[in-house]
Amino acid sequence: MTRIRLFEEKVNELFLKGEIPGFVHLYIGEEAIATGVCQNLRNSDYITSTHRGHGHTIAKGAQLKPMMAEIFGKRTGYCKGKGGSMHIADFSVGMLGANGVVGGGYTLAAGAALACKMQGRDDVAVCFFGDGASNRGTFHEAVNMAAAWKLPVVFVCENNQWASTTPYRTTTAVENIADRSVGYGIPGEIVDGNDVFDVYEKAARAVERARTGGGPTLLEAKTYRIKGHFVGDPELYRSREEVQRMMKENDPITRLKERVIAEKRLSEKELAQIEAQVEAEIREAEQFAVESPFPEPHELYEDLYVEGGVSNA
Amino acid sequence: MRSITFSEATLEAMSEEMERDDRVFIMGEDIARQGGIFGQFKGLPQRFGFERVKDTPISETAIVGAGVGAALAGMRPVVDMHFADFLGVAMDEVFNQMAKIRYMFGGQTIVPVVLRAPDGIIRSAAAQHSQCIESWFLHIPGLKVVIPSNPADAKGLLKSAIRDDNPVLYFEHKVLFPMKGEVPDGDHLTPIGKASIVREGKDITIISYSLMLHRVLEAAKSLAGSGIEAEVIDLRTISPIDKETIFESIAKTKRVMIVHEAVKTGGVGAEIAAIIAEEMLDCLDAPIKRLGAPYVPIPFSPVLEKLVKIGVEDIVNAAQEIC
Repeated sequence: MTRIRLFEEKVNELFLKGEIPGFVHLYIGEEAIATGVCQNLRNSDYITSTHRGHGHTIAKGAQLKPMMAEIFGKRTGYCKGKGGSMHIADFSVGMLGANGVVGGGYTLAAGAALACKMQGRDDVAVCFFGDGASNRGTFHEAVNMAAAWKLPVVFVCENNQWASTTPYRTTTAVENIADRSVGYGIPGEIVDGNDVFDVYEKAARAVERARTGGGPTLLEAKTYRIKGHFVGDPELYRSREEVQRMMKENDPITRLKERVIAEKRLSEKELAQIEAQVEAEIREAEQFAVESPFPEPHELYEDLYVEGGVSNA
Repeated sequence: MRSITFSEATLEAMSEEMERDDRVFIMGEDIARQGGIFGQFKGLPQRFGFERVKDTPISETAIVGAGVGAALAGMRPVVDMHFADFLGVAMDEVFNQMAKIRYMFGGQTIVPVVLRAPDGIIRSAAAQHSQCIESWFLHIPGLKVVIPSNPADAKGLLKSAIRDDNPVLYFEHKVLFPMKGEVPDGDHLTPIGKASIVREGKDITIISYSLMLHRVLEAAKSLAGSGIEAEVIDLRTISPIDKETIFESIAKTKRVMIVHEAVKTGGVGAEIAAIIAEEMLDCLDAPIKRLGAPYVPIPFSPVLEKLVKIGVEDIVNAAQEIC
């Protein structure tokens, strides 16, 4: 969680300095969800992500250097500078990509889960999506198909209360997204998205259920988006006081620290050591990204098609 | 060689590829229990099981998207779209996901999905079941588009599409399904990206594909009667377009016409005409001619439907105008 937080604070700073092109959408305040869920996953499991995907990518085990380089548009990035923040993927750890289309990941996750089932593997797919995305038609199609076919997939709704600049209440009549599970004949569960332990435990049940042939689960993690929709968002749609209050009262990292200290699992000193180690990693990632070359013009056409097309496999 | 129908040829292709590679599977609406609207999947589930020949919910978005997701996780899905028109329901999955994934993620993965899309005018199916929309997909880098006109290519192109590591759209004209033709025995593959010269001639090059190719060949016979020898090219793949074959033919004939069932505006003919105008204009002895449907949705009434179809006589007349 600290790795996600500090990485994103660095990205925020670099973006505001004008060193990062494009758009950046930060996950700050929602770290407990990706972390709690992905702690239950193995390398061979899959996730699909959103346009707010740094947290999921890090939690699934991606490396910070190629992530930062990708955000800079450098050739050493995960996608050789062709994806950027909204399209980071690391297929080597089963991270099937952030998605610039809201609600674009549902069907891909269902398909990856279908492949796992057809191949006789006990791997699973997790689809992260937001409350705004839950109103896309793709939600219905993918959840229904996954439920009908008992696919090993976990749908994780990160209800951060904001669909871009529009509050949840104005676009959605139901109190809980998790309640929609009833319409698909699958379990639905609400978790405290700012409590990594609660996320971990309930996600563990859902992942295990998927792994053992029980089919999909819809988890709804209640949380709050601390940062604007994107870096630079003037946030005219909500008060600064509201954001500050949420962060003060319900920061998932503060809550984690308080609990591990109270339960004597880690000392303040040990937590500080972890933070220092992560800070060093992030400095290295920044340096790597800054020093890396941009793509060469000849790379423009590379990776569009598989050369030759026909596979010998 | 045996003579079999277009539909049987696609069945052979599926069977052989599913036999050869257990990562290949097919899903779509009404394909397993019913065997497909045109019988193009009959017998496949009995041979390969209902897990590999899957009836899906009526959820085009999920069908295409799940095909893409399955490909990312190591499968080689063939997805049936029921009618090409329904590709519109799943366009995000086609052009934002399937077409972009390899490039956008820096070549980390392959996306070996085949979308089968029955298209074209048939028996008053009207505006939402009759379209030829192949040209939409020329405009999207990352896709390949094939469109056979005969059973041999139907088999050969489908097999090549399944083996291709890139996403391929496979359009198959509904009128062609019962049409018979010779199909070579054995592992018959038609190369993607290669047009074929199906009739040699010296006076005009007529470029076509799919069902219209048969009208063009009839027209070519009729033109021969009036002393015009048409060279006929079956495009077979429309993305990427085989410029080489087209250019060589035009260098010989100096005249060119493109014929397709799709609407003329923004059609494949427009692209080919532009390519020729950019690169071969000096070579031409006459203006480039395009023949396509008028700019209207396909009407229901048989009387009106007939007016949007291109007949042999239309092709003969158009060719004569530039010869």
